Amino acid sequence: MEGLKVSDADLVVYLPPSKSNKVSQAILRELSSLLFKFNEIFEGIVLAYDVNILEKNGKILSGIHPYFGVRLKAKLLLFSPKPNMLLEGKVVKLTQESIHAIVLGFSSATIVDEDIREEFKHKTRHGEEVFVSRSHKRHVIKVGTMIQFLVKSFDEEILHISGSLIPAHTGSIRWLDKKSEDVLLIDRSRRKRREGEGEMEVEDNEKIGGAVSSLGNDHQVKKSKKHRFAEDH
Amino acid sequence: MVGQHIMGMELPKEESHEMEDADISDLELVYHVREALTAVQSGDSDNYNQLVAVMHLKGRLNLDERALLETSLKALSGAVSHIDMVYHESLLASIFGMSMWNYDPDVMDALKGLIISLAAANGKYVDSCLTMLVGNFTPPFYILDKLTQPHVIERKHQVLSRVHGALNNIADLVPLAPMRLLPIVVQRMPTVRNNQERLKMIVIYAENMLKLESGAIGELVRSTMLMAMVDRLIDLDVEIGWDDILHDDFSKGIFEMELEDVEEDEARDDAEQDGGELPSGSLSRKSLSGNLIAELLDSLMVLTFEHLESCEGAGRLTEVFEILLQSFQITILNAYKSKFAQFVMFYACALDPENCGLKFATMLADIFVSGVYPPLTRMSAVSYLASFLSRAKFLSPSFIVNLLKRLVDWCLEYCKIQGGDINPKAHRVFYSGCQAIMYVLCFRMRSIMDIPRLKCQLLLMPLETILRHELNPLKVCLPSVVTEFLRQSKAARLFTVSKAFIFNDLLESDLSRAFGGLERLDMFFPFDPCLLKKCDSFIRPNFLYWSMVRTTYHDDEEDSSEEDIEDEQGDHVMDDGIARSVDEQDLDLGEFDYALNKMSITPKNSLNCRIEGQLQQPMKMPSRIRPSTSPESL
Repeated sequence: MEGLKVSDADLVVYLPPSKSNKVSQAILRELSSLLFKFNEIFEGIVLAYDVNILEKNGKILSGIHPYFGVRLKAKLLLFSPKPNMLLEGKVVKLTQESIHAIVLGFSSATIVDEDIREEFKHKTRHGEEVFVSRSHKRHVIKVGTMIQFLVKSFDEEILHISGSLIPAHTGSIRWLDKKSEDVLLIDRSRRKRREGEGEMEVEDNEKIGGAVSSLGNDHQVKKSKKHRFAEDH
Repeated sequence: MVGQHIMGMELPKEESHEMEDADISDLELVYHVREALTAVQSGDSDNYNQLVAVMHLKGRLNLDERALLETSLKALSGAVSHIDMVYHESLLASIFGMSMWNYDPDVMDALKGLIISLAAANGKYVDSCLTMLVGNFTPPFYILDKLTQPHVIERKHQVLSRVHGALNNIADLVPLAPMRLLPIVVQRMPTVRNNQERLKMIVIYAENMLKLESGAIGELVRSTMLMAMVDRLIDLDVEIGWDDILHDDFSKGIFEMELEDVEEDEARDDAEQDGGELPSGSLSRKSLSGNLIAELLDSLMVLTFEHLESCEGAGRLTEVFEILLQSFQITILNAYKSKFAQFVMFYACALDPENCGLKFATMLADIFVSGVYPPLTRMSAVSYLASFLSRAKFLSPSFIVNLLKRLVDWCLEYCKIQGGDINPKAHRVFYSGCQAIMYVLCFRMRSIMDIPRLKCQLLLMPLETILRHELNPLKVCLPSVVTEFLRQSKAARLFTVSKAFIFNDLLESDLSRAFGGLERLDMFFPFDPCLLKKCDSFIRPNFLYWSMVRTTYHDDEEDSSEEDIEDEQGDHVMDDGIARSVDEQDLDLGEFDYALNKMSITPKNSLNCRIEGQLQQPMKMPSRIRPSTSPESL
């Protein structure tokens, strides 16, 4: 999945004197306040951090409030969806008019019917609403399906994504995977040869390979998020 | 007529709805609405305006109007992606202004669906949708006074189940929604005004907050909801001044209540629970009667108690209690002589003494012995601890001895490093600790002495060293407590060298006032009998009244408490110094004694001098110190 990156950040955290006997706790608290919010400086949403305190001494601010600054190096896991990126999400609601998915367990995404390509037809199967591909009967999207979709826009305040299923390489990840595996079986040697050349090429199978590995990532991220949540609350 | 016109527009669809396959006609409607919405941008807003008019259908709707509203709402749910914040402002405003309380269940459902779709469709609407749902926590004013009618109760259930269902659904679709919900719920909580209707709103609102706490998103909102609830309780608590409690007819009221208690405790409780708003002859009616805030607080406390019970039933009292404990430490503990809110803690502890009771007492003891808190907090903590250990019926003697041990150890340590003369101010934390030990023992000495193992432990405590230390706590602590304590310890032979103890003429009330400071923490017993009527029925079964205490100086054979008290105070009283006060010629004095001490252990001879001392305390004394006890003043 695109949109995830790890950044190194040099930070200075200013703490009030009352925190001077529990500095690391105060720093973690401060950093936790960044979580799950869009940060303009980092140009993304901080999902996780790994912090390294650089100096034993803090710099005391002169003035009325004797806060002290602690210099840090932090690795930040950032999520910054941009238009035309490919994201993955789990479908939580599906109606004839829209598909709602959740990305990384916290960001909501909506795909309205105009952004669902003609290939998909809305049906009600056994009382469950689904979108089924007209050309590939096996390609089904329903509640619970992991889908890959294109970002149309992103609301930084509520972290809401508006997505699209127009491009051909979007839809149910499982189905896309399978398709690529089929291609893979036929064409393994060719793929191997090309692997070194460049990941820039948007070839179906390349893309899918990427998707699979980041799926694992995705899982990890979710886990760490839950962990943080528990810490915070 | 606009209505006719709308019907003209929609009716054909209605018909087709019935004739054709439902799916198709629904979709057609959706497209129709979408067209109406997009047409606005090109300047044609006729259909759009009709749509807005439908949203404003109010009052008693006939069948057609209801169907029209329902279908329009449903169609809008399918067209949310076409709603534009700028072009369709009036439509959005009218949707967000709708109250589910005004409609029938089918319209409610359609509205719920629309709100969920709106929230999920676009991040910008999330806050408005949540605000709209929170607004639906409370009914419109015209329903407020009918809240006890069966059909309104049913309506309330219908609305609230949908509101909370919608909140949960939105949280499923927009995982960050609960985070945005919290400030909305806290900020929109109705404020207190002396207005009956307004107070009802607050109760319903609080009900909803607790419902959120126990609902599907409870984990995410729990601490904020509970803390906000406790904050509200304490806000109301401080609104009721001590002056209100020490109102004219107070002693009369108490007396009557207690008399009733003697005979038909159970019956009274039952009667009160069913008896509607104002059963006669109860304490609250007289002392706090007409005090809307006290009534509101009472209702909210009961709501909280019931909620705690349900948490206990669901096995999650522990997590809830953790938050209450935090909240207690932040707000109640430091509130100036909180009167009622602390009973939330008491009741939670009563539900689970082994776990919650232990945590509560341990926390209080920790605060007291730790040096990092300011003296007032520590004194307050030890007051709470003393009162809790004395009054909680559900605590075992061994538990009490363990905590006493901690207090005694700390005091002993203090004695070792401190010296010098009596100095009530400098050593106030120490004196409050000593008073706490004595107070608890007044209530519990007998039950501890009855168990040989615990008796051993108590005898081994270096109480004598502490009490005879040159700081002289006996001279400083509250005389009534000291006298009762010495009396019991003499009877129980607590001190080996009892000859050295000459306690007559030791009592100096000035000193005790001095250590308590202006806050009078020397006579703060937070868990004295609860004065709120409905609340009291929850607390009562778990509460140890002074009349139930067996002292060490009474024979075992005389099991009747009446006899005990006759011995002591020459009358028939059951509880907490109430009757004594009635018996003494000076009713007002006794009354103050009750309100401030609520422990009927004061010997008569010391009473007058003490009360005189108290009269000089401007904060404690209401201007009218000679209350009338005549019933006419009611």
